[in-house]
Amino acid sequence: MTVTAIAAAIAAEGMARVLPGPVPVTLLHGIDFAAARGEFVAITGASGSGKSSLLYVLGLLDTPTSGRVLIDGEDASRLPPEEQARLRLMKLGFVFQFHFLLPEFTALMNVMIPMKKKGGRGEGDMRARAAELLGAMGLSAHLSKRPDQLSGGERQRVAIARALANDPAIILADEPTGNLDSASAQRVFAILSALAHDEGRTVIVVTHDPVLADLTDRQVHLVDGGIVG
Amino acid sequence: MSLVLSIAVSHLRFRRRQTLVSVLGAALGVGFFIGIAAMMQGFQRDFVARVIDVQPHIVIRDEFRHPPPQPVEMVFPGGAVQLVGVKPKDEVRGIRNARAVIDSLRRLPGLHVAPVLSGQVLLRFGAKDVATSVTGIEPEQERLVTNLEKDMVEGSLDALRTSPNAIILGQGVAEKAGVRLNDTVSAVSPEGVALKMTVVGIFASGITLVDNFDSYALLKKVQILQNRPNVVNRIRIKLDDIADASTMARRIEARFGYRAESWEEASRNVLGIFIIQNAIMYSTVGAILIVASFGIFNIISTVVFEKTRDIAILKSMGFTEADIRRIFVLEGLAIGMIGTLVGWLIGYGLVELMASIDIKMEGFVKAQGFILYRTPKHYLISGGVAVVTATFAAWLPARRAARLRPVEILRGGG
Repeated sequence: MTVTAIAAAIAAEGMARVLPGPVPVTLLHGIDFAAARGEFVAITGASGSGKSSLLYVLGLLDTPTSGRVLIDGEDASRLPPEEQARLRLMKLGFVFQFHFLLPEFTALMNVMIPMKKKGGRGEGDMRARAAELLGAMGLSAHLSKRPDQLSGGERQRVAIARALANDPAIILADEPTGNLDSASAQRVFAILSALAHDEGRTVIVVTHDPVLADLTDRQVHLVDGGIVG
Repeated sequence: MSLVLSIAVSHLRFRRRQTLVSVLGAALGVGFFIGIAAMMQGFQRDFVARVIDVQPHIVIRDEFRHPPPQPVEMVFPGGAVQLVGVKPKDEVRGIRNARAVIDSLRRLPGLHVAPVLSGQVLLRFGAKDVATSVTGIEPEQERLVTNLEKDMVEGSLDALRTSPNAIILGQGVAEKAGVRLNDTVSAVSPEGVALKMTVVGIFASGITLVDNFDSYALLKKVQILQNRPNVVNRIRIKLDDIADASTMARRIEARFGYRAESWEEASRNVLGIFIIQNAIMYSTVGAILIVASFGIFNIISTVVFEKTRDIAILKSMGFTEADIRRIFVLEGLAIGMIGTLVGWLIGYGLVELMASIDIKMEGFVKAQGFILYRTPKHYLISGGVAVVTATFAAWLPARRAARLRPVEILRGGG
């Protein structure tokens, strides 16, 4: 396991997450997990099984109570917050159940925000890349629309384009189709699958939908905070 | 426009009305400060200028600040001496050896000296009695020391010499007695001496207290009236450089022993009122700005509360705590700066509005309308305070926003 963890794009080793309190709540325990480059992995499980918690710890949005998280073989879970923020900016892209687009900005601007944060490109260059990403999502006609002028499926595709803005090696998606009809959901999954298989990114998606989970390369099933099977 | 700034601006535009109210709060604080400060400082500076104009810079009086030391105290300077029942000598009041004092003062450079004797006199004209303080002067020396000549509205200073038993009245005194130029009044002193005097001049300094109580006559006449021949009870001094007044007064007092008052000391109670006035002004305006900063605190807190999801998503994208804090501090800064600019306009308008109001008032000084002091300093002070309080008011919610943990907000997918 250790060898694969170091070779993997993203991995967790002996990881546990316990919420402190008078009665500590164990969200995750004994997690050993690794995903290779170009792999499309589904994390499945019942509601409350800890799938989202696992995704957040992998995405450095939460800190494990014990064990570690490796990104490109490097222990990232104990880095100072600024370093973790930098890793999120450079290597990770998030898609959530709710689109979480900034409501005041156009689709194009929403995709450009992570690029601007990263910097190092000209304004016109960023604009061109954002338009290209949105075009790939089939949204060329909606560049200057604000989120409230888009449908749910369109918003989620803008969110995916935003996750791809800085060309991350790893995409983490938390129930990305939770609010979509099945046609839109299929389309989003097709896009995620292409990101893994055609572009060589690691895509980890949390879902409770077994039909969609079957579209991935591998399923990791969680029960009560532990991996089974 | 930088990314952080454009996000900050988008938040403020989203809450347009609340932003407007916060900006207005800061603007009113700034505007009122400029208006009130221009009015108060205008009045104060005008008053000081007039006081300096009318009064001599230093007055030496025939009094002592401390009782004279007794011989036994001089022999035992550190001893535990208690003297009981000391009776002061019954002396003729006045500055002793005034001629020699004046001569030695005249030898100092940058200094003009005039001896006077002043005392209470009752003016009687027809059925009216008016109490006035008559100052006996030597016109030739007086005009070097005070601006009496400039303040004459009728008659002239030289007429004191040319007509016998001449008197110059303050405008208020003349009005109270119903006296006009060339009228003859009878003056009665507490010593019981009575003189028929002719009004040869009326002056108006603009300082109510002076105009309502002071009169001038020749030094010789006042000495007769007060039955104090050859006595001088005050020496008035004018300096070329007014800034020296306090030090010079102390030096004169140390040398001659007589109480020497600089104009600052003489007007101390009024200058003290100014300090209280300023304290009231600063606390009033400070209160407005504090209320305004509560408004700013409120709007930024609301935005932080409403935008928790945005904050979470920005953090997941790789924004650091410092980035998030900067967004919200910038919002406060923007409100403070726009409020300052609007407040400058309000303040400018307020000052010009007051300048256009015409009112007659008679308090410490006579004036027509407000006397306004316009200075960029007021703009800089008010702007600086507004921007600093706005930034600080935003900083508290901004810190809270920066510390938000994204998981707690994003969780919800199960």
